Amino acid sequence: MSDIKFSEETLALANKIIARYPEGKQKSALIPLLHLAQAEFDGWLSPAAMDYVASLLKIQNIEAYEVASFYSMFNLSPVGKCMIEVCRTSSCWVRGANEVIAHLENKLGIKEGETTADGMFTLKAVECLGSCGTAPMMMIGAQFHENLTHEKLDAIIDTCKQEGKRKTYLDSVVVDNY
Amino acid sequence: MAKVTIDGRTIEVPDGTTILQAARMIGPEVAPPTMCYYSKLKTSGGYCRTCLVEVTKGSEKDPRPMPKLVASCRTNVMDGMEVGNITSPKVIEARKGVVEFLLLNHPLDCPICDQAGECHLQDLSYEHGSSKTRTDFERRTFEKIDIGDKIQLHMTRCILCYRCVKVANQITDGRVHGVINRGDHSEISTYVEQAVDNDFSGNVIDVCPVGALTDKTFRFKSRVWFTKPVTAHRNCEKCSGKVNLWYKGEEVLRVTGRKDQWGEVEEFICNTCRFDKKSTSDWTIEGPTTISRHSVISANHYEVFKKPTEFKLNEVKPLTIQEGDKS
Amino acid sequence: MGRKILLAHDHVPGIQSYEVYRKHGGYNSVEKAIKTMTPEAVVEEVKKSGLRGRGGAGFPTGMKWSFLAKPEGVPRYLVCNADESEPGTFKDRYLMSRIPHTLVEGMITSSYALGVNAAYIYIRGEYFYIVSILEKAIEEAYANGWLGKNILGSGYHLDLYVHVGAGAYICGEETALLESLEGKRGNPRIKPPFPAIAGLYGCPTVVNNVETLAAVSFIVNEGGDEYAKIGIGKSAGTKLISASGHINKPGVYEIEMGISVEDFINSEEYCGGMLNGKKLKAVVAGGSSVPILPADKILHLANGEKRLMSYESLADGGFGGGTMLGSGGFIVMDEDTSIVENLFTFARFYHHESCGQCSPCREGTAWMEKILHKMIDGHATLSDIDLLWEIQAKIEGNTICPLGDAAAWPVASAIRHFRSEFEEYVNNPKSVKKVIRMAL
Repeated sequence: MSDIKFSEETLALANKIIARYPEGKQKSALIPLLHLAQAEFDGWLSPAAMDYVASLLKIQNIEAYEVASFYSMFNLSPVGKCMIEVCRTSSCWVRGANEVIAHLENKLGIKEGETTADGMFTLKAVECLGSCGTAPMMMIGAQFHENLTHEKLDAIIDTCKQEGKRKTYLDSVVVDNY
Repeated sequence: MAKVTIDGRTIEVPDGTTILQAARMIGPEVAPPTMCYYSKLKTSGGYCRTCLVEVTKGSEKDPRPMPKLVASCRTNVMDGMEVGNITSPKVIEARKGVVEFLLLNHPLDCPICDQAGECHLQDLSYEHGSSKTRTDFERRTFEKIDIGDKIQLHMTRCILCYRCVKVANQITDGRVHGVINRGDHSEISTYVEQAVDNDFSGNVIDVCPVGALTDKTFRFKSRVWFTKPVTAHRNCEKCSGKVNLWYKGEEVLRVTGRKDQWGEVEEFICNTCRFDKKSTSDWTIEGPTTISRHSVISANHYEVFKKPTEFKLNEVKPLTIQEGDKS
Repeated sequence: MGRKILLAHDHVPGIQSYEVYRKHGGYNSVEKAIKTMTPEAVVEEVKKSGLRGRGGAGFPTGMKWSFLAKPEGVPRYLVCNADESEPGTFKDRYLMSRIPHTLVEGMITSSYALGVNAAYIYIRGEYFYIVSILEKAIEEAYANGWLGKNILGSGYHLDLYVHVGAGAYICGEETALLESLEGKRGNPRIKPPFPAIAGLYGCPTVVNNVETLAAVSFIVNEGGDEYAKIGIGKSAGTKLISASGHINKPGVYEIEMGISVEDFINSEEYCGGMLNGKKLKAVVAGGSSVPILPADKILHLANGEKRLMSYESLADGGFGGGTMLGSGGFIVMDEDTSIVENLFTFARFYHHESCGQCSPCREGTAWMEKILHKMIDGHATLSDIDLLWEIQAKIEGNTICPLGDAAAWPVASAIRHFRSEFEEYVNNPKSVKKVIRMAL
């Protein structure tokens, strides 16, 4: 076993989550625990991280691999500190999603699917995020950025750079009063 | 008991019987083809959609037809049910579609595949497919992987029937392989390099309908139709010890489970019997195995000739090797 | 102004909090149900109301509830489907993030009716930020005695949990959702058995959409008959519509079913008319899965009458000339929109989201995307249009779950109504290619 381990605080949360499911059904906690692992272990799920989660739930390692590789929010290889997920399905597409991607590619000097050399940004085009009325939109960590314009995009990237922090799905976010 | 009519032939079967099981009881003429269903594996079936049938009458009580074609392997019969298999144009059409979908990413290189001659996809496409390919997109390909020293996985050929996963779940302990990724990126994998290695792991080879999982101790030693199957047994502590030995000359080239007329093993065998017992002295020979004369494997064992006039045009086999008679 | 039920207090400041929600009549339905009604009586009211599943299929909720098996000694579960992933749909997100207690209240009342002691809200992973909003609301409900042991001294107990997904459209299909909730891949189950008999952990389970469950509170408070009076015919009640695309006021609107499509698009109360005064070209009325309709067909029925926002009117004309209300994801496209390129985004979506279990969907969705990609690149031939048609026909109806149909219908309808545009992409690829600018 490698030295991968949850912090005490995260482990307590993991145990609280496991307790939500009936006796013997602890596998139900797999997806929530993989989320915790991804947030805690540098934004991606290494085999060691998945093995660790499997051991907490007393399931076979392959069961964790099967699940982690099925869901699109789990990264199975390292990603940048800020993973920018740009929605590109219909409603966002008709409101200019392709231009959002082009603008970001240009600004970051990478292509969609790539990570900047400094490991700060990964640019990813994703399918519908359920924010069609505020298109075009993207998410970074748990934060939705909506009604995007060129100016907004530049400001968001600049802020991310200044903060220099890793963004995760578990971040608390500002909720737009749309 | 329930009375069910399939392609005009009626049979009475116990409640809880599936349409497919009932059809098999009637006989191979009305039995839908299967690629993922395996009667010895619980919860198998439903995925490949080759066994779709049309239910033209739901039951005596509720005679309404079912709105969609149903997977016969996972649909139970009802008393008075009427089912169209090969007599249903809808089924023929849908099945043709399924074959086309299955071949979309399956290489058409049977001449260099070890499974040729005993491949269910080969049979299926011969019997239910079309002779033309309508796609010019590249097929997905994978590197061959050894999952242990006895079994090779060539994902390129896999049709994702899930049988090998169910074998690992149901007859071995500690499954280490499974289906990873999603959609048409799905693959059978151990994810991290690992051997699928336990007493019964070799059965994944027998249940694989295509050439995705093959026996490394047999690979490319011979075409199956040049080998001679013999039924044999031995006293084995782990399994029934009931097998087929595949001879070439005096040499046992491979050992497999015994297969029934549906291509399913009768009993799962252990890896010792399969991989380690390759001399005649290990076995009590019962006699030659009966091979269907429709099988390409029989080609070198029976003298059956057809007059050229007996061939029909649609018997020309589009994708497969030319050896053997497969009428 | 149409009647508002779910969003009646949407603009009350602080409605997200327990105190304000309670002050505006929140949790009255729980009180009424537990103190004055039997569970059967609640089910009866829901049946009378004519409420239909708001997730997309439109199945009568009361009937679904009455199918729930009740074997002795076996737990039953209520699972809220908050996996909202149908492109064009964002109503559940709106409701949960703005008035979270309305879902919690609906779930308590519904759980009581179904005899459920543990309920889960399965929410899509992309809505992670809503998890904390819901958990706060649930905590408040516990603190005020609406959840937990011995609710209102009745002896009835209920625990409610939020369970987060991780990015998979297919988990909106109820059996895939249950698999996912059990910690597995989101592969739809082969039915039967249906969840009402064997659902979560093999136990009898009801899976309902967020909006459906939220509507139960009103039905209990005001009575099923009162709910049935709202709307039109078998389209009882109000519906949340997610409006997006080329309109002046995209957003979530609660409509009384029966208003005309034309009024919905043009009135100031709702979409506020077409963006930049452009002409309407086409509408996808119920989320990406439903057939796209050209302007004349979405606005009018074959007999010339106005088409209405209701299950029946939108479906009028069958698949040849009609569409479906679906999840209420209403995507509006103006005259400059390329139907082929929009379809490509749908095809790419369904390919990306296919679980890969059954062969027609796994292989067919990928194939359709590839052909459409080729078409947009200007390399397709006329026979590719026919091939697309044939592929969708071979997928439809032949898959384990409705994702196959959902992938097939947009392709079929786009070719049916806009075939000439596909031909343009073959014959004149350079002239049809458009760059879409950001609108803002």
